[in-house]
Amino acid sequence: MRVIVNGEEREIAEGLTLSRLLEELELAPERIAVELNRKVIRRADWPQTVLREGDRIEIVHFVGGGFGGKLSAHRLFDLDRSS
Amino acid sequence: MDRYSRQVLFAELGSEGQRRIRASHVLIVGCGALGSLQAEMLARAGVGALRIADRDFVEESNLQRQTLFTERDARERVPKAVACVARLREINSEVEVEGRVLDVNQTNIEDLIRDCDLVLDGTDNFLTRYLINDACVKQAIPWIYGAAVGSYGVTMTVRPHETPCLRCLFPEMPAPGSAPTCDTAGIIMPAVATVVAVQVAEALKLLTGNVEDLHGAFMQFDLWRNEWRSIKLGEPSPECPACASARFPALEAETGNYATVLCGRQAVQVTPINRGRLNLAQLFERFSAVGEAQANQYLIRLRVDGYELTVFEDGRAIIRGTEDLVQAQTLYARYVGS
Repeated sequence: MRVIVNGEEREIAEGLTLSRLLEELELAPERIAVELNRKVIRRADWPQTVLREGDRIEIVHFVGGGFGGKLSAHRLFDLDRSS
Repeated sequence: MDRYSRQVLFAELGSEGQRRIRASHVLIVGCGALGSLQAEMLARAGVGALRIADRDFVEESNLQRQTLFTERDARERVPKAVACVARLREINSEVEVEGRVLDVNQTNIEDLIRDCDLVLDGTDNFLTRYLINDACVKQAIPWIYGAAVGSYGVTMTVRPHETPCLRCLFPEMPAPGSAPTCDTAGIIMPAVATVVAVQVAEALKLLTGNVEDLHGAFMQFDLWRNEWRSIKLGEPSPECPACASARFPALEAETGNYATVLCGRQAVQVTPINRGRLNLAQLFERFSAVGEAQANQYLIRLRVDGYELTVFEDGRAIIRGTEDLVQAQTLYARYVGS
């Protein structure tokens, strides 16, 4: 089944939850916020949120730097290549 | 009002908007790349009063993007808050500017924000942002988060009890160790300028009461990869300790010293809590006896055993040559005293 993650199509398993998807993407949960079909999903609800065909997921990253701040900047949008 | 004529011509502001900008008081926390550009834009826009809080001094590597500072400031190691205030007075003498050379922490944040209409985030770390967030939610003062690294930037406007706060979105502060090391992804000036442009536009909307025009999102962009994304923010979270239960973890008091690694600088800052002011002249005498000591009006520096200690009047020290917190505390105790 296909979903759209940050504007790019991605093939995922049926019944995958949001938590599992974020794990697959190797994203640190405390540093991201997630929107599903234009609605922000709170972290506590990620494990129960089952993804459906055609879902649009937007992931944004919490950054510490004004300068510095270790960040995997090259991975921010290249989700397909990170798994 | 001639100097503001182009801004007044902008119909959404007009002369009433200009009057409100003039009547407002803004605090900028952190005067590095983000903070100095915010300060310059707001001073030029004619904000009534600006308070600038920063713990650091100007260095040569700042000059690539920190637009208010000069080579002379770096040579003389002028504290950023001091250099910023001097430059802002040249830019717009109508603005009341106040510089505070201090480490913003739980002992002073509530006083710093008290009579402000708005707080702008110009910091470089998570810790201070949670402090700003908790203090602002507590006192119902809006604040604007912004950060930039590499070619990437993010920003979010927080209106306490109207929009989600930082804690609503990110309940726990990312642990310092969650970033494996403090090496840097570098930074380019356009990323800084873009974040600040959005922050200051939001500031002007807020200060003039145009809240319906705020972007209402967590925005992020990457200027190198040409990506722009945002997620729309709704209501404050009912599970947020700050918004829903008036609990403010970042404001809870501590005593003693605390130490933080300064990103990408091979340095640790040691900050004493509730300590009186140091007598810099006396300390300079002591430093001169143990190593190579230098001083200016605001700080003294000691080079000894491959370390460099820069000590400020408020008792704070930046210790270069280590990223080990315990070792830094030991060096502090040895040379400055405990």
